[in-house]
Amino acid sequence: MGKPVLLEHIRIPGIRQFGVYRSHGGYRPVEKALLEMSPTEVGQEVTRSGLRGRGGAGFPTGLKWSFLNRKSDKPRYLVCNADESEPGTFKDRYLMEHLPHRLVEGLIVSSYALGVNTCYIYIRGEFKYLVRILEHAIREAKENGFLGERILGTDFSLEIHLHPGAGAYICGEETALLESLEGKRGNPRIKPPYPAYKGLYDCPTVVNNVETLAAVGPIINMGGEAYAGLGKGKSTGTKLISACGHINRPGVYEIEMGLPVEEFIFSDEYCNGIRSGRHLKAVIPGGSSVPVLPADLILRTAKNEKRLLTYESLEEGGFDSGSMLGSGGFIVYDETACMVRNTLNLTRFYRHESCGQCSPCREGTGWMEKVLWRIEHGEGRWKDIDLLVNIARHIEGNTICPFGDAAAWPVASAIRHFREEFEYHVEYPDEVRVITHGNLVRETRFTGGHPVSGIRFR
Amino acid sequence: MITHRLHVKENRPVAFSEATLKKVRELIQQYPEGKQKSALLPVLHMAQEELGGYLSVDVMDYVASLLQLNPIEVFEVATFYSMFYLEPVGKYVIEVCRTAPCAICGGEEILEYLKEKLQIGVGETTPDGLFTLKTVECLGGCGYAPVLQVNTQFHEQLDQVAIDRLLDTLRKQAADPSSADLTWASQFC
Ligand SMILES: Cc1cc2nc3c(=O)[nH]c(=O)nc-3n(C[C@H](O)[C@H](O)[C@H](O)COP(=O)(O)O)c2cc1C
Ligand code: SF4
Repeated sequence: MGKPVLLEHIRIPGIRQFGVYRSHGGYRPVEKALLEMSPTEVGQEVTRSGLRGRGGAGFPTGLKWSFLNRKSDKPRYLVCNADESEPGTFKDRYLMEHLPHRLVEGLIVSSYALGVNTCYIYIRGEFKYLVRILEHAIREAKENGFLGERILGTDFSLEIHLHPGAGAYICGEETALLESLEGKRGNPRIKPPYPAYKGLYDCPTVVNNVETLAAVGPIINMGGEAYAGLGKGKSTGTKLISACGHINRPGVYEIEMGLPVEEFIFSDEYCNGIRSGRHLKAVIPGGSSVPVLPADLILRTAKNEKRLLTYESLEEGGFDSGSMLGSGGFIVYDETACMVRNTLNLTRFYRHESCGQCSPCREGTGWMEKVLWRIEHGEGRWKDIDLLVNIARHIEGNTICPFGDAAAWPVASAIRHFREEFEYHVEYPDEVRVITHGNLVRETRFTGGHPVSGIRFR
Repeated sequence: MITHRLHVKENRPVAFSEATLKKVRELIQQYPEGKQKSALLPVLHMAQEELGGYLSVDVMDYVASLLQLNPIEVFEVATFYSMFYLEPVGKYVIEVCRTAPCAICGGEEILEYLKEKLQIGVGETTPDGLFTLKTVECLGGCGYAPVLQVNTQFHEQLDQVAIDRLLDTLRKQAADPSSADLTWASQFC
């Protein structure tokens, strides 16, 4: 469906090299922007494209840029969020590994639009092998006059620096990222003030995701209107979806927004169906922080409309029967997956990654983990299930940063949609206790016997 | 359970090589004047690699002096981030991803297999000092699960055969001093 936009040249051998990239139209957006357009015009073009942040929140990029405080006499910064640590998400890594110049080009054009002369790429520490690739790309761009002083003879100058993190999911949150970039613990800041006013070193700052910034080049190339012509409604353009879990072809796919979820899962162009001929049980469509949906609700909304890969369609039904596009980390579960075990796993992740500033988040995640552990290990009590719902409700909305919500939603949604499975664990503790490790044991025990597994099958 | 560790100095002399010091100075240049604290994370990465594999109090204090920081500023950062080790580790730190996408695709099994093969538990080091086994949260390799890192080098789509091969390779590599590691100092060019 559609022609790839971001990944257009990905199959060309040597495309990581500046020369090859350039010969396929690379850096033309930089020339076009710097030589033919004013910074304001570049910003307008991005607004017109309808581009929305690809880091998770989906905030309109043009609007975010317009908030940048341009009256301040302090320097301004652009920070590229390459911290990618949301479970299920591995698209930025793919983009940077294969098309580093796509990002560099986007950073130059975006910096020009924002009047920024220093740009930092905050890259997660575990992606050490990418540092060399990006450093190489930056150096090549510099050698060819696209970075440094007076780029292309204009009076615009720009330096791009890489800054590695050191293993903390919370540093993906934009204000925690800025703290980390300042050499501190990754504790999110209270907002407002927003980074657009008080960001890095208290200066006006824009933080954008890798994929968002990489899309700026193609937008300038094709024009905002043409980009907005792709996709569906307010979900314009294309999106990278990183698909993983129990599917035949996991990987990163660029889709035009509006692709039906069913086609994405079952078409041989994308995930190519569920592994080993099993059945689809559930999907987390936007990275671990968004609500999980059972098979029937991920394929069709509660109104029985086709569910599409757009921000709006995935949110259709709100918290009762919808989810979110989030970062595009698409995790697929077949019938062998135990939703209690999976929720315990994710909650342990959030307990581990909480920065610890807010009591509801710090204590609540640990408490939920304990209760879930009990249930999964056959020691659950009946009131535990409602207790979990209660804890989740008290975390949500009561914290400094959205991490609290992100920790609460997986639990709340798993119980909402798979309550029978939690009840089964409480009702048959002996059966649950026998099942120790691995999906295989689980499968043989539960085939036919598990009262839940049969319910949501297609 | 929370264990409180004392901030114990051993007063061993530690210092970067001249080449690394040059890298450190270059890194500081990346940030505005007076903001050299920003270089803390990359410098701690280099320190951990070059000065013994983990961040001892002596190493942290040395980094503090390099960046003109109070020792506590380094200590509080080193304890926040999971890539910094505060205890000695083996030559190869094997970090197995245990988060959901890996866990449902064989991650739990490869962890069990590694424990059995190395005869150690999570957080322990083999008696020969070669391997430390750890679990980590999502490494961003979900589509290539199960995934682990050895000293931040990715190994993906693993099964028991691949693990056997990996351990053999690492053992051979350990015996060969000329084998190159992926170091932070070499990554920043
Ligand atoms: C807990 C948490 C983790 C996040 N992790 C990331 C991340 O790894 N990468 C990312 O781009 N954005 C992440 N975000 C979103 C950022 O805060 C921010 O919204 C984003 O970088 C803005 O860029 P965008 O508008 O281009 O999406 C995270 C947010 C939260 C609350
Ligand atoms: S919600 Fe959690 S992660 Fe966010 S600031 Fe509070 S304690 Fe830290």
